[in-house]
Amino acid sequence: MSTYLDNQLLRFTTAGSVDDGKSTLIGRLLYDSKSIFEDQLEAVEASSAKKGFDYVDLSLLTDGLKSEREQGITIDVAYRYFATPKRKFIIADTPGHIQYTRNMVTGASTANLALILIDARKGLVEQTFRHSYIASLLKIPHIIVCVNKMDLVSYDEAVYDKIVQEYKAFSSKLEVSDIQFVPISALAGDNVVHRSENTPWYQGATLMHMLETVHIESDYNHIDSRFPVQYVIRPQSKEYHDFRGYAGRVAGGIFRPGDDIVVLPSGFNSKIKTIEFGGKPLEEAFAPMSVTMTLADEIDISRGDIIAKPNNHPQSEQDLDLMLCWMNQKPVNLNTKFYVRHTTREVRGVLKEIQYKLDINSLTRLENVDHLAMNDIARVKIRTAQPLFFDSYRKNRITGSLILVDEGTNETVAAGMIV
Amino acid sequence: MSQYYLSHLKELEAEAVFVIREVVAQFENPALLFSGGKDSIVLAYLSRKAFYPAKIPFPLVHIDTGHNFPETMEYRDWLVNELGVRLVVGSVQESIDKGRVKEETGYNASRNALQTVTLLDTIEQHKFGAAMGGARRDEEKARAKERFFSHRDEFGQWDPKNQRPELWNLFNGRKHMGEHFRVFPISNWTEMDVWQYIYAENIPIPKLYFSHEREVIIRDGAILSTSPYLKLKPDEVPMKKIVRFRTCGDMPITGAVESDADTLEKIIAEVASSRKTERGTRADDKRSETAMEDRKKSGYF
Repeated sequence: MSTYLDNQLLRFTTAGSVDDGKSTLIGRLLYDSKSIFEDQLEAVEASSAKKGFDYVDLSLLTDGLKSEREQGITIDVAYRYFATPKRKFIIADTPGHIQYTRNMVTGASTANLALILIDARKGLVEQTFRHSYIASLLKIPHIIVCVNKMDLVSYDEAVYDKIVQEYKAFSSKLEVSDIQFVPISALAGDNVVHRSENTPWYQGATLMHMLETVHIESDYNHIDSRFPVQYVIRPQSKEYHDFRGYAGRVAGGIFRPGDDIVVLPSGFNSKIKTIEFGGKPLEEAFAPMSVTMTLADEIDISRGDIIAKPNNHPQSEQDLDLMLCWMNQKPVNLNTKFYVRHTTREVRGVLKEIQYKLDINSLTRLENVDHLAMNDIARVKIRTAQPLFFDSYRKNRITGSLILVDEGTNETVAAGMIV
Repeated sequence: MSQYYLSHLKELEAEAVFVIREVVAQFENPALLFSGGKDSIVLAYLSRKAFYPAKIPFPLVHIDTGHNFPETMEYRDWLVNELGVRLVVGSVQESIDKGRVKEETGYNASRNALQTVTLLDTIEQHKFGAAMGGARRDEEKARAKERFFSHRDEFGQWDPKNQRPELWNLFNGRKHMGEHFRVFPISNWTEMDVWQYIYAENIPIPKLYFSHEREVIIRDGAILSTSPYLKLKPDEVPMKKIVRFRTCGDMPITGAVESDADTLEKIIAEVASSRKTERGTRADDKRSETAMEDRKKSGYF
């Protein structure tokens, strides 16, 4: 029992349209890892029969809402879960059409790994470039390229090699350090969970083995110490009369009792007195732990402040360069104002400049743009009413990300990555 | 291998605690919807950890259908005392007496759908800005698309086609007057994660979850406990069986499973080898293929 209480968690995203076999692949992973229950399978068998299929359509397992089934499309990010004796997995399953860039960005924002599906018959297509670019933009540390439908190209090694070479040539332009390739057939199950006898020329691991072993321990920043204060705990009790605990989730680096710290924006210095969680003292805290800190000195700290180390401050600016993904139906013009949400801080901000818009199919830049529409990705400048304390998104995905909230509707309208 | 990584349970715990703290920081008047089931129990214990050594800074809200298992009520009162937390009860019986809802009749009558009205009335009466619940995305396909912070309009309705994008750990709880949020801190947990956490943290749970002898009937393949709330058909004969419950809903609609799992270890082993989902024993989900989606849109848990 102790072994599986100690599993690691891997979050990955898949993107693709129905034709890629994405739903079939997810169905296959769930089915072969025995994460499908009898009643779910019975429901899928019944639906397959009702539709006149002579096989069990595993893609129906990932079918979502009524409105989606009526239209035969996926509207939104759906989350799926499975576990093996080695790891627990969370899949953010997103649709792949161009109009769903915002969903891909959403799914990618929390992922350690992206699965990119390529149809072996078609090779690299527009969607391949789009998905890969978004994975790179969102700094997903690992990519696995699944060359799917190998059964339909007679498991031909040459077809696979050509796609791998083409992808490598393209991906050299992306900022992803860890890319693996695997030839599969999601429908037939080749190299998904079990090694295939149809691909004797392939010496690599199965997809499942890659998912179980990819090295994710370094995906969080454990160097630059950052602790955004989320909430101040002040028990109104006699026993803990003077207790002042700073609750939050470590965003980077490592904190230990006795460490010298600085609180921003005030700039006050102090030492960590204790780190605890649920009443139990901890010797250290690192991302993504939720803990409570107490400090040696009584200083005024509130939500939105950030605790860092005196020799390693985050950047502090009111003018920020961002890669922005616009996510709302209503287009945005220059000089529009927003609420900016960054770590646990909220400030007002304004869109000052659109430097260029990116055509994410050709990766070319469009200049002289004065507005952004839904699913646009652009390099922009914003100005905030008070300084933000941040790192570049490249350095830290937590302290380098922000969202924009519409002042009138309260909707989340954009996702930003600080350059 | 680096020592700086968390086990999946620790990471899920850290995520849930972050969400719970975020709720208290962002909303003026939050609450925790407490059903007496294992998921909301875990939520209550996570809340205690999140704010320790302070008391949980929000009440537990129980929507009392009047059809609860006595074991659930007993546990609820024990837990409220144990955690030193305030309890708010919304009564479905009162909603019926006031004429807000109409009791279903017939053999499969249930108060499940009536709860939605009582729930929304309770949220409105107490002006709760956010109501946390123990729903998980692995439970049901409509829940797979649910956000952590789920916006509800002034009528308490969920609009699945028009949800706010949710990125990284940046949760947007901004709302207009009269609107509220449902928040699901254990969205990413599976049934197995919940059991492993209960085991790892030694959390007390109601006796119903453990194997025991009970008088039951079998209806449409489901094992239902006899109770004053279940009207027997003429040919239904109560019998004794050794059973346990995988979920804790209302007595007339929560199916039992035959089981001799009388310890947490045995329950975990049973869940691991089970070939049916836990909601497979729930009559409320079997009403139609989109039963959950339809109820959620109108404001159900």
